[in-house]
Amino acid sequence: MSHEPGSPFGGYNFAYLDENTKRMIRRALLKAVAIPGHQVPFGAREMPLPYGWGTGGIQVTAAILGPRDVLKVIDQGADDTTNAVSIRRFFSRVAGVRGTTRTAEATIIQTRHRIPETPLTEAQTLVYQVPMPEPLFRLEPRLAETRRMHALADYGLMHVKLYEDIARHGHVSTAYSYPVMVGGRYLMSPSPIPAFDNPKMHRMPALQLFGAGREKKIYAVPPYTEVRSLDFEDHPFRPHRADGCCALCGSTTSYLDEVLTDDRGGRMFVCSDTDYCEERQEAAATAAPASTTPAPETEGVA
Amino acid sequence: MSAPLLEAKGLNLAFGAVRALDDVAIDIHPGEVVAIVGESGSGKSSLLRVLAGQMRPDAGTVLYRDPAGTAHPVHGMGEAALRRLMRTDWGFVHQNARDGLRMGVSAGGNVGERLMAIGARHYGGIREEATEWLKRVEIDPARIDHLPRTFSGGMQQRLQIARTLVTRPRLVFMDEPTGGLDVSVQARLLDLIRALVADLGIAVLLVTHDIAAARLLAHRILVMRRGQVVEHGLTDRVLDDPQHPYTQLLVASVLAA
Amino acid sequence: MAYVAVKGGERAIGNAHAWLEETRRGDPSLPALSVAQIEAQMGLAVDRVMAEGACHDRGLAALAIKQAQGDLIEAAFLLRAYRTTLPRFGHALPLETGAMRIRRRVSATYKDLPGGQVLGPTYDYTHRLLDFALAAEGAPPPPPAPQAEAPQEHAPHVTELLAREGLMAREAEARGEPADLTRAPLAFPASRAARLQNLARGDEGFLLGLGYSTQRGYGNSHPFVGEIRQGSVTVCLMPPELGFEIEIGEIDVTECQMVNQFHGSKAEPPQFTRGYGLALGRGERKAMAMALVDRALMAGDLGEERTAPAQDEEFVLLHSDNVEATGFVEHLKLPHYVDFQSELEVVRRMRATAEAALRAIAEPAREEEVAE
Repeated sequence: MSHEPGSPFGGYNFAYLDENTKRMIRRALLKAVAIPGHQVPFGAREMPLPYGWGTGGIQVTAAILGPRDVLKVIDQGADDTTNAVSIRRFFSRVAGVRGTTRTAEATIIQTRHRIPETPLTEAQTLVYQVPMPEPLFRLEPRLAETRRMHALADYGLMHVKLYEDIARHGHVSTAYSYPVMVGGRYLMSPSPIPAFDNPKMHRMPALQLFGAGREKKIYAVPPYTEVRSLDFEDHPFRPHRADGCCALCGSTTSYLDEVLTDDRGGRMFVCSDTDYCEERQEAAATAAPASTTPAPETEGVA
Repeated sequence: MSAPLLEAKGLNLAFGAVRALDDVAIDIHPGEVVAIVGESGSGKSSLLRVLAGQMRPDAGTVLYRDPAGTAHPVHGMGEAALRRLMRTDWGFVHQNARDGLRMGVSAGGNVGERLMAIGARHYGGIREEATEWLKRVEIDPARIDHLPRTFSGGMQQRLQIARTLVTRPRLVFMDEPTGGLDVSVQARLLDLIRALVADLGIAVLLVTHDIAAARLLAHRILVMRRGQVVEHGLTDRVLDDPQHPYTQLLVASVLAA
Repeated sequence: MAYVAVKGGERAIGNAHAWLEETRRGDPSLPALSVAQIEAQMGLAVDRVMAEGACHDRGLAALAIKQAQGDLIEAAFLLRAYRTTLPRFGHALPLETGAMRIRRRVSATYKDLPGGQVLGPTYDYTHRLLDFALAAEGAPPPPPAPQAEAPQEHAPHVTELLAREGLMAREAEARGEPADLTRAPLAFPASRAARLQNLARGDEGFLLGLGYSTQRGYGNSHPFVGEIRQGSVTVCLMPPELGFEIEIGEIDVTECQMVNQFHGSKAEPPQFTRGYGLALGRGERKAMAMALVDRALMAGDLGEERTAPAQDEEFVLLHSDNVEATGFVEHLKLPHYVDFQSELEVVRRMRATAEAALRAIAEPAREEEVAE
């Protein structure tokens, strides 16, 4: 392997990983696609970015990336958050691929904690960064035991947890990393996306790949696969979002970030998906050039 | 008589030089309570673990008959099937309630777990069933959301029984269920078990060193010593007219106490 | 507005890194540290980075320390990230530590033994008084230490001496290619080779704390230092295409073998067992702690009760790596707006439910029934 600074990808192989490593990861990905929701162990490499900062997602992206791909990287739904910027820069440096912030333009979208608001298509792949792939880890920290539970589809314990939530609080208190059943067989962590995003996973036309670098696991949800959030018949799963509209684009259906505007309870809500928000603002500006976008609404706490 | 629920033959098990089971045979019929008595080290706990599929014998077979009447070798059915069996048609009551309960989960969650494990997905229904079972084991339903660690030892044991019986198993293994409890609490628990067992018509395999508990609950008794069954028969016959000198000693020691 | 400030992440990162570089260099009126100076005079830091960075290269370890401003975990991370890009040629044959060129060798179990006790360059028995003379610039180098006269005789392992008497079990010969955690993920139960590799790469502080806990009753194993030895060993490789072994170089290592009590089981008579520790470079504390933890992890295999954290294989092996640990702990400073927002919504919803319930209950709450 050459490390000459003059060579095209900073002296590294295309997309940083060597071809044998990429092949090893692709084999794990194929197995993961063949067994939807099942965690496949893989020989995660030590990356030049810290564990927990997207090394799993980066390795999956590196393994599937081709020179003609168009890459979008988001963190918390935004293209311009520091870690997203850092990962996008990494790939432009070691693979020279074209980056984009437009959801519709991207062929690969690497994400941390969100699914874009714009529906994805069969031509796209969504790569999730996963800090903790094991959905049962809070209930049973031992991997040897959770592996047995998955093998036997012994998921009663997960329902006990939901039962306890409802008994204690009247609601399921899990707000993110809300566990799902994939294809009616495997219990899976959707990664720490808000429960609001869970329904987007169900029968999604795009391939969904999950990479956990530190925990050395890969899993996948193939296109159009059934993904059900756990619930009870009389306490059905309900996705929640902040009750408000985006101060920038006026969306009443997108997932919102709450932004504090002062220390007296002033706040506003804005879309967490920055591309979705910007496109709506642009569309509004084109449709009605004379009028303005909705005025930012600042509300106090009652 | 109907076909036995559980049928074991030629069981042998050794730990190094120690013979824990020496050519043991036993069968249990539907609705029957069988007690295995003996001192500690007699092999009775090993027998229970082998019969329940938790330990593999060196030789011998254990057959389980499902509700459709088909017999399955317990040690050949695989872990998945055995686990399923353990949360449906079978149950296990541990001596120490902490081993059989989830101490960080409410009483209702403890009773509901087996229902959820076999597919119950209606919160209200699960709660109703849990409430019903708390009443049956004489625990105030108002405590449904309390954690077992706030319960007394006797209550914990009754909760464990409710948790086990909620799926209406046909066979329940009980390992010294009254061990470690005060005498007055023991008596109440034994009465409760006797009533529930009679009511539900479940078969019980009871391991105990307490002859009085065996007399109260069991239809039949097996006396074990050094890995062998030295005497077996109907409870009254074995206890009132013991044949083997070891059984005579056991019975005499209870009378003397 | 504050929200707008979140944008422009790219420029912010660039500026932050420029500032970092300036801070790393420090006062430019002072001469810069050379990598050679770090390698020569911060030798124990270099060795620690080499051990935890799992790469025996003192020069690169010194460079990593310079680049990391002396943050040794950051330096180990730099070294690991470099190491991972290197091609893998094969695996070395087991090191013959019995044939080590010894710089230091001490045993706590025998007063004297073949090969003798060699104190070597150690901080043991120094009085920990700050040496203000070191603060003076331009002091002349210390005079050379006196040299031993007799050439060093062969120094067999203490554990080997015990094994010859049948007092200690010999380790089973490992066959086939050893596990490599940098290629295949850890699985449980782990092989001894995988476990030792994990510990050898593990964080010194974590192993030290765990080893210490075994001495304080959390999984006691009655350890004696059979032997600590430190020095140079030859590394040999057997390329399959050659079919014979070749020497590829020499590395410095520290090895510790603890001798531990074992009461025997039904199947085995009482004999001693060993805990094994090995660190690249001079890492005596690390090797000793590793040996304690290695022995504690054998509890299950030896039929001992496993009750203490140090005896829990998954707990120890999955939390020993400081590059993994630091990444995951520090990832908490990445944005979590989305998760936090969903938590906010849930907490608000639960509070609303609870407040509504409180309002609904007009009469005071009934007294809880007391447990029987």
